[in-house]
Amino acid sequence: MSLIAITEVKKRFGDNEVLKGISIDVAPGEVVAIIGKSGSGKSTLLRCINGLETIDEGSIVVAGAQFLPDEVHLKALRLKVGMIFQQFNLFPHLTAGGNVMLSQMVVKKTPKKDAEAVARKMLDRVGLAHKFDALPDELSGGQQQRVAIARALAMQPIALLCDEITSALDPELVAEVLAVVKELAAEGMTLVMVTHEMRFARDVCSRVVFMHQGRVHEIGAPEDVFSNPRTPELRQFLGVQ
Amino acid sequence: MTEFSFWDILRNLLLAARWTVVLSLVSFIGGGIVGAALLFLRIGGRRGMQFLSRGYIQLFQGTPLLMQLFLAFFGLGLFGIDVPAWLAACVALILWTAAFLAEIWRGCVESIAKGQWEASASLGMGYLQQMRYVILPQALKVAVPPTVGFSVQVVKGTALTSIIGFVELSKAGSIVTNATFQPFTVYGLVALIYFALCWPLSKSSQLLERKLNVAHRNH
Repeated sequence: MSLIAITEVKKRFGDNEVLKGISIDVAPGEVVAIIGKSGSGKSTLLRCINGLETIDEGSIVVAGAQFLPDEVHLKALRLKVGMIFQQFNLFPHLTAGGNVMLSQMVVKKTPKKDAEAVARKMLDRVGLAHKFDALPDELSGGQQQRVAIARALAMQPIALLCDEITSALDPELVAEVLAVVKELAAEGMTLVMVTHEMRFARDVCSRVVFMHQGRVHEIGAPEDVFSNPRTPELRQFLGVQ
Repeated sequence: MTEFSFWDILRNLLLAARWTVVLSLVSFIGGGIVGAALLFLRIGGRRGMQFLSRGYIQLFQGTPLLMQLFLAFFGLGLFGIDVPAWLAACVALILWTAAFLAEIWRGCVESIAKGQWEASASLGMGYLQQMRYVILPQALKVAVPPTVGFSVQVVKGTALTSIIGFVELSKAGSIVTNATFQPFTVYGLVALIYFALCWPLSKSSQLLERKLNVAHRNH
């Protein structure tokens, strides 16, 4: 059974139809990369899965929880899927540890001591145990993004959505973030990531989705999609003739 | 005819200035509470509530405080409710302050990046939790200087309540003038007392602004 079932999802912003009937099934443990030009709807799709955008038609079911735009259903959905953002979006008034502890204490009502233990464990997992008391300001972009990953992991989601998580980073900081993601993938975490890191998509992902003008244009194993693009749009996007 | 010494004048004005201070505090605290409620409705309430709150703010920002005082004082009187001057003054000033504070604070809340809302939402927080733990702690920093700055307007705004007969500093000024025939001395002192009340507020607003800028230097 699929963990995330996206069926015929349509999304409009005013007159502009951004998603024109998307269907993707993601199995548990799968790592799916979504690639495509900007404006192809890939970020919107990801945001729909987390309920940050409402959908106009179709359905999204995550581990049996139907996406419905009311607070109870949204919360249930968001407890299952974590999200990492391009701009990190750490809470600047809290330390790295505080960032990882906050939602556990507020949403799950975890006692402070337990939340702190989880936070230390998660920060250790992304290699930042020694930065527990550092404010986001004092961290590099790569470190901030790793704290953001730890923050999402602390909620024990069954899947993670990554929205261009390395796009705002300096080139030399990309590797450390991707290494963490790769490790998560190896541990069996289900990942759906919008990315521009083609090599990473090729090495780590189990499937690649190429989106074009609000539709899934091609979908398949990375070696097929990258070595054997069938449509001219994908060929042009990959820069191969 | 009785002679009034300088000390007599000053003492009477200072005694009345107490009421200016009390009225300012009441307006500011009361206005802050009502303003916070308006803010929550304005930003995250249901559509109808947002509409109401916006209408309220526009109404109170778009009419003179003097008219609001008249309406609170004489308006309710028309319905046979006898409103004492102090009550009308407090109610009008609280409602007026609330409208401005709600709008100042809305600006501060909206200055917080959208990503903060999205990140906290994606972690499963509800609206009130987002406000309480993520948005307000950040907005508060931004809000302190303009809020303190606005408190100066509140202090000066209390002068208008003299028109409906509430004896605060301004009203005491005209009463004492009528008794002493020394308008320049009296109103000069009145102005100085207002200045003594307001100046520390403006100054602290400036200081706070500078202090918070220092805190932002690392960004």
